[in-house]
Amino acid sequence: MQPMLEIHDLHANADGREILRGVDLVVHVGEVHAIMGPNGSGKSTLAQVLAGHPGYTVTQGFVRYEGQDLLDMDPEERAQAGLFLAFQYPVAIRGVTNAYFLRAALNAIRKTRGEPELDPIDFLQVLEEKLQAIGWDDSVVNRPVNDGFSGGEKKRNEILQMAVLEPKLAVLDETDSGLDIDALKTVAEAVNRLRSPSKATVVVTHYQRLLNYIIPDFVHVLVDGRIARSGGKALALELEEKGYDWVKPEPAVA
Amino acid sequence: MTGIEARVLQPYKYGFVTDIESELAPAGLSEDIIRLISEKKGEPEWMLEWRLKAYRHWLEMAEPKWANVQYGPIDYQAIHYYAAPKRSNQLKSLDEVDPKLLETFEKLGIPISEQKRFAGVAVDAVFDSVSVATTFKQTLAQAGVIFLPISEAIREHPDLVRKWLGSVVPYNDNFFAALNSAVFTDGSFAYIPKGVRCPLELSTYFRINAQATGQFERTLIVAEEGSYVSYLEGCSAPSRDENQLHAAVVELVALDDAQIKYATIQNWYPGDEEGKGGIYNFVTKRGKCQGRNSKISWTQVETGSAITWKYPGCILQGDHSIGEFYSVAVTNNRQQADTGTKMIHLGKNTRSTIVSKGISAGHGQNTYRGLVKIMKGAEGARNYSQCDSMLIGDKCGAHTFPYIDVRNSSAIMEHEASTSKIGEDQIFYLRQRGLKAEDAVSMIVNGFCKEVFRELPMEFAVEAQNLLSISLEGSVG
Repeated sequence: MQPMLEIHDLHANADGREILRGVDLVVHVGEVHAIMGPNGSGKSTLAQVLAGHPGYTVTQGFVRYEGQDLLDMDPEERAQAGLFLAFQYPVAIRGVTNAYFLRAALNAIRKTRGEPELDPIDFLQVLEEKLQAIGWDDSVVNRPVNDGFSGGEKKRNEILQMAVLEPKLAVLDETDSGLDIDALKTVAEAVNRLRSPSKATVVVTHYQRLLNYIIPDFVHVLVDGRIARSGGKALALELEEKGYDWVKPEPAVA
Repeated sequence: MTGIEARVLQPYKYGFVTDIESELAPAGLSEDIIRLISEKKGEPEWMLEWRLKAYRHWLEMAEPKWANVQYGPIDYQAIHYYAAPKRSNQLKSLDEVDPKLLETFEKLGIPISEQKRFAGVAVDAVFDSVSVATTFKQTLAQAGVIFLPISEAIREHPDLVRKWLGSVVPYNDNFFAALNSAVFTDGSFAYIPKGVRCPLELSTYFRINAQATGQFERTLIVAEEGSYVSYLEGCSAPSRDENQLHAAVVELVALDDAQIKYATIQNWYPGDEEGKGGIYNFVTKRGKCQGRNSKISWTQVETGSAITWKYPGCILQGDHSIGEFYSVAVTNNRQQADTGTKMIHLGKNTRSTIVSKGISAGHGQNTYRGLVKIMKGAEGARNYSQCDSMLIGDKCGAHTFPYIDVRNSSAIMEHEASTSKIGEDQIFYLRQRGLKAEDAVSMIVNGFCKEVFRELPMEFAVEAQNLLSISLEGSVG
């Protein structure tokens, strides 16, 4: 079967500094992959590069998404093709309500799929369904996007967007950071409800605890811009116990 | 080059020229030219005298240099002070308007037929120095509202005009106001009688067409006791390499319990990417809340002009009167704007609100300049000011000069200010959700301006949003 996402020998720079140094990763439909690693290992960079952040330059390697050259696509084209990034630091957009923003985004995506645009009334219905599906109320819907949101609200809002936009491949960048345990559970539960055999998820996290709730099929450890080790969910527990030093590449023997 | 950088500006959409024969006064300014204008307009003697008085005063005045804008010297003798499309006789109905003119205004999206889409708006269309059509005159007349080109009003309602003209902006107020008083050609006059709520939105659309001309319109709105009117003006001009001068004066008077809402969507030709050409928009606008509980509210969306110099203000004379100023000013490419407001509190318990949003892109320079003055007798006065600036790219500038002069210790003043840079991260965030870069910028900017847009009449709020998107198109790479 053709993989949904295939990353091969990916190298990327930010401000002239090489951060990714040859990442290889294959994700098939229906799978959940966790990318773990110490601070500065390149986890968030990988997520941002996949989404097409203009601050990073890819210098080597390729990424294929559903057979297409992902790196050749604009960020909005990637989104329209079903790639979603839940941001580690969602930004605020003053004066624009969540509902307005989400409808514009959904309609932009629907347009590329050849589906008719939703008017505000139809959209509200979709929104209601999604809120119900993830079991949340509509308290954030008419507030300006992330403006004055608490850390937890921002992360929840990312998941709400994911629910509405129905991506094929969701990349969650440190969605657990800054959440207390109850908020973490709420978010994880919503993510689980959105899981489907026709979709795939990549969870980027520093800590194992999120993986207690979002159970991954595969765990990869990123160290110094390369995947140093891959395994099943047990690998995450092993990391928790032994720390990241355990997977650091051994110094070359002279 | 990173993503956010000025690239190419969408060509100015309203830059066409209407090929119409016009009658042009010889270039230059003199008493003879003023006599000629007055004669063309069939004005009474007092009007001519007033113009000449203003002219003689203007000769003694110097052009103001304190604004934070730069431009070469203006040759006042090179400007034609009167230009009018030729026509054989006085118009009796809208059907007699030259089809070329109708077409021009249709092209600008300004209906001067009394059609459905704008059934709630009466329009006075001013082309160069003359008003070419005014719609819904009858509907308004039934309500007792007078809405006429000011040149007609001077002939038909001389007592009213004479009573109020210059009562808020005197002929010697400032250099450009004095110039306007001497040579003003057309503009609108609106009079709302006691207790009448004007049944339609009133609107004037100003179009500069002729070359080497200036437009000097004058608008006067008087709202009698307990009346209400909402007025909107729009404007545009052809794309030319030369700079053209637009020096208007607007005066508003609100008596006891009267309310005037005045909105401007200013889209004069801004010049090209290099800053060549464009309108010099040097305008004096002032409202007087003369009566108790009166209210004047200015809303402006300034996207055009090479240089904008305007400070629509309110004199809060009546006790409990209210002044408001909501502004969005955009400068892209080489545009410069120095704009803001003056709120002069004279009466007791007077209140004023200022919300200013400045957006700079390209090499644009955007200055907010405001004065809030609380006079001795203004017991219990309050002011709230909010000045927000947004920068797009790193070659533009935002400047803020808020002046506060308080002479009564019971005043309560609040001032908030912010400057933000439209971030690559904001744009990326929206693009990651599927929006195109232009749509992302447009959404961010419109969100930034929301508090101002919601003050616009419904029919025009959408237009203002679109205009803003067009003005900023290409400002993000």
